[in-house]
Amino acid sequence: QDNRISIWSAGDLGNAGLNGEYHGEPHLLCDIQHNGDVMDMQFLDQERIVVASSTGTVTIFRHHQNNQTLSANHRWEKAHYHVDQDTSSGGAACTGVVCNNPEIVTVGEDGRINLFRADQKDAVRTIDNADSSTLHAVTFLRTTEILTVNSIGQLKIWDLRQQRNEPSQIFSLAGDRVPLHCVDRHPNQQHIVATGGQDGMLSIWDIRQGTMPVSLLNAHEAEMWEVHFHPSDPDHLFTCSEDGSLWHWDTSANVSEKPSFLHQGGRSTAYLSHSTINQSVVSAWLSNDPTKDRMEITNLIPNQTLSVNSLDVLGPCLVYGTDAEAIYVNRQLFA
Amino acid sequence: AWGPAEVLVCETLFGRAGGASAAARTLTDSVAGTEDGAPSSSRVFVVRRDQDIYIQTLRKLFNESHGIFMGLQRSEEELAGKSRKAQLVQVSKNYRSVIRACMEDMHQAAVSTRDPALQGQYSTQVSILSAMELIWNLCEILFVEAATAGPLLLRLLDWVRLHVCDVDSMVREVLSSESPSKHKLFWNVVDVFVLQGRMDEARHLLSKEASANPASMNMYKILDDLMKKMPVPSLSNTQTLTELELKWQHWHEECQRYLQDGTFASNPHMESICKILLGDEDAILEKKELMTTWYHFLVTRLLYSHPTVKPMELRFYAQSSMDLFLGGESSPEPLDLILMAAFEFEMHQVIKECSIVLSNWWFVAHLTDLLDHCKLLQSHNLYFGSNMREFLLLEYASGLFSHHSLWQLGVDYFDHCPQYGRVYLELHIERIPLSTEQKALKVLRICEQRQMHEQVRSICKIMAMKALRNNRLGSALSWSIRAKDAAFATLISDRFLKDYCERGCFSDLDLIDNLGPSMLLSDRLTFLGKYREFHRLYGEKRFPEAARLLLTLMTAHIAPCSFWMTLLTDALPLLEQKEVIFSAEQTYELMRCLEDLTAGNPDKQKFQDDDIETTKVEMLRLALARNLARVIVKEGTVEGS
Repeated sequence: QDNRISIWSAGDLGNAGLNGEYHGEPHLLCDIQHNGDVMDMQFLDQERIVVASSTGTVTIFRHHQNNQTLSANHRWEKAHYHVDQDTSSGGAACTGVVCNNPEIVTVGEDGRINLFRADQKDAVRTIDNADSSTLHAVTFLRTTEILTVNSIGQLKIWDLRQQRNEPSQIFSLAGDRVPLHCVDRHPNQQHIVATGGQDGMLSIWDIRQGTMPVSLLNAHEAEMWEVHFHPSDPDHLFTCSEDGSLWHWDTSANVSEKPSFLHQGGRSTAYLSHSTINQSVVSAWLSNDPTKDRMEITNLIPNQTLSVNSLDVLGPCLVYGTDAEAIYVNRQLFA
Repeated sequence: AWGPAEVLVCETLFGRAGGASAAARTLTDSVAGTEDGAPSSSRVFVVRRDQDIYIQTLRKLFNESHGIFMGLQRSEEELAGKSRKAQLVQVSKNYRSVIRACMEDMHQAAVSTRDPALQGQYSTQVSILSAMELIWNLCEILFVEAATAGPLLLRLLDWVRLHVCDVDSMVREVLSSESPSKHKLFWNVVDVFVLQGRMDEARHLLSKEASANPASMNMYKILDDLMKKMPVPSLSNTQTLTELELKWQHWHEECQRYLQDGTFASNPHMESICKILLGDEDAILEKKELMTTWYHFLVTRLLYSHPTVKPMELRFYAQSSMDLFLGGESSPEPLDLILMAAFEFEMHQVIKECSIVLSNWWFVAHLTDLLDHCKLLQSHNLYFGSNMREFLLLEYASGLFSHHSLWQLGVDYFDHCPQYGRVYLELHIERIPLSTEQKALKVLRICEQRQMHEQVRSICKIMAMKALRNNRLGSALSWSIRAKDAAFATLISDRFLKDYCERGCFSDLDLIDNLGPSMLLSDRLTFLGKYREFHRLYGEKRFPEAARLLLTLMTAHIAPCSFWMTLLTDALPLLEQKEVIFSAEQTYELMRCLEDLTAGNPDKQKFQDDDIETTKVEMLRLALARNLARVIVKEGTVEGS
């Protein structure tokens, strides 16, 4: 198997490109061999990327921009393993990684949570057997708290300041314990969390209240692999799935009904009626009224065939990769 | 990993000496490198049938063509006539552009690599791809588009111009030189243009010659005029074939006259061009090196002697062209035979020859599928029942399955093989190595979508067993829930209960406390959940509820018999409480349970813990009796007041 980490340039506007490629065609800048499947990866900072491998190893790669090369900077072997660290058949896949420079949190099929610090040889903290099932994804809730989802349909909050190896809170879906595969937190409103499940269902949670999701939205026909709020425009949410579709969830229509100060996210001292004050702190994602909800959902893939495994979004750009070994770049998302 | 399309070959001591399977010897030689002499330590070789799927640059071909294939299967069948044909032609063009893109990549790889072996391999691949595109293009013209007389010639001319590129560098050289007409290869280039029917370009070059050489101005003007006036078939229906033939006949006679008058006698180059225009075979054959192939010769011949050739007449001209061109010096190569079969409209022959020559099934599978969609292949029943299209697709897809990642494409191909596809899929999908949970989930999703319940159960069992062995009880349970496998859920619950008995406390409380409706999957699992609830209630000091639950667990027969003793022992603290918890009814029930337990198995008391067991039973009896006494008094008193 030949797996590689690659850096591509998605082309700048007005760049004619080399070899007569029409501008905008992504071209490969550099790549490096990787051991095992790439399960997850994230930029640690401008130059370093943390990669989670199916062998249980977590690696930091450095991208040298001056000569366009990649090199392995630091490696934590056997960050995730089964049973015994010394036996050779030990490795367990590391399924999720999240960074908040310089901290790195990883989770894996062994139900273990690791807290690393970039450039520190050993793990700062390890929670063994944090979960009896596979942890599928992790994300930061606050600087010291993380959220994990597992394969028995539970969303857990862990407080890393506390020494005990128990989650501070556990949320679960009512009904069947459908495994949850992905999790993301609203960029501005930290109590809103979205998760995606094996049945393709999108769940929105308000972690300040209750242990059950606020809304369940029937979305895809198969596993939802990733869910992302748009980092600067969080009225937009993106999900991708094994069924080959990528959905763009747009609740911005809702916001226009609300007082204008919400668009800037600031406070206003203007007089507001009582009802609008109550309404104003409720995000479009949490509103339960179906008659008022105008959510636009669009499938961004015209001819879907194989699974869309991963996506990322920044500004007007959307990138996603499919099982047909193709990467797609959409640079005009909101055009 | 070793897949179903591969063979394991084990080297033995017998292989080298003597004749025992010379085939095995050559095989091990080719795989292991030539080693004579002492038998080496035995090794096992993996022999792959389909090497091509592991070539990195070809992956694009497989992936993109899969997309085109799927698009074709799903396309509208209701479109009839012209629009359907246009659609199919577009599909064919898409396939060809993918082949060309791959050729480009392969060429880039060949140019940029330093390793000569790799370079050789890439170059070979480039020529194979080029040949594939050549054949496909011809099939598109003759079969998919089914060009009729008139447009047929134009298409064939395009085909030749696209594929005979050996002369391109020469053309470029001459055109970019200072004064082309002085270049020594000038006339060669003019001839090339004429042979390929590129009249405008030929005339343009000739004009340069004419301006440099005023003496031949007269000759030039006549030749130029002839070339300009030459009637060619058009794609639009502005003229009928008969009109074209008439015009062409007049023009041909005019050329004839000029030649016979000796107009071009002083300039042998121009004279030979005029002869070519007249379709003189010898004149054309003289330019063999410029044409390089017999099919170029064929098309040139047709252009200048039979421009209104009908598709069915092609075979005669093709055969004679090949014979004349090769002239008995060389024998036809496999590519030549394939093209000949195409000109003869023998589709099955084309496919058969390609299958023999090419090293993997990609080409024939996709081409046959396309031809089948054009409704051109009669269902040719092969002796094992399926038709040719299906046979080729099955072979191709099976080859894909031995690849660690391209197997996903194979699934879709099997889906579109109506007769045997499902069976093949069922057999192959169970053998995919499941290295990560994500891969297992993908395989499961495929099985579930196709109602392959057997495979779902089997895969879930494998994953659950793996999880269990790694002590991931939650994962194991999650897999059993997915497969709705009650037996496995029972197994997991027993494991939990065993852990509890050994350690005195539950592991993985986060799982047991949050079982939810999945608790109902198996009785044992329900018991586990309820038992844990009992412990929780006890911990919260909600004794009456705890007592009631405990009793239900025994009387409703949810608890396994082996656990009754433990449950009764758990009842002890409740019985010993200051407050009376169990009612009279309940106490009687408990006593009955105890008696059932002890009466039922007198032999079982005979193991080491004999004393402990009997002590326990005695203590229980005592506690129950005491409780009974207290509760009778209590109940009697309460009722009294």
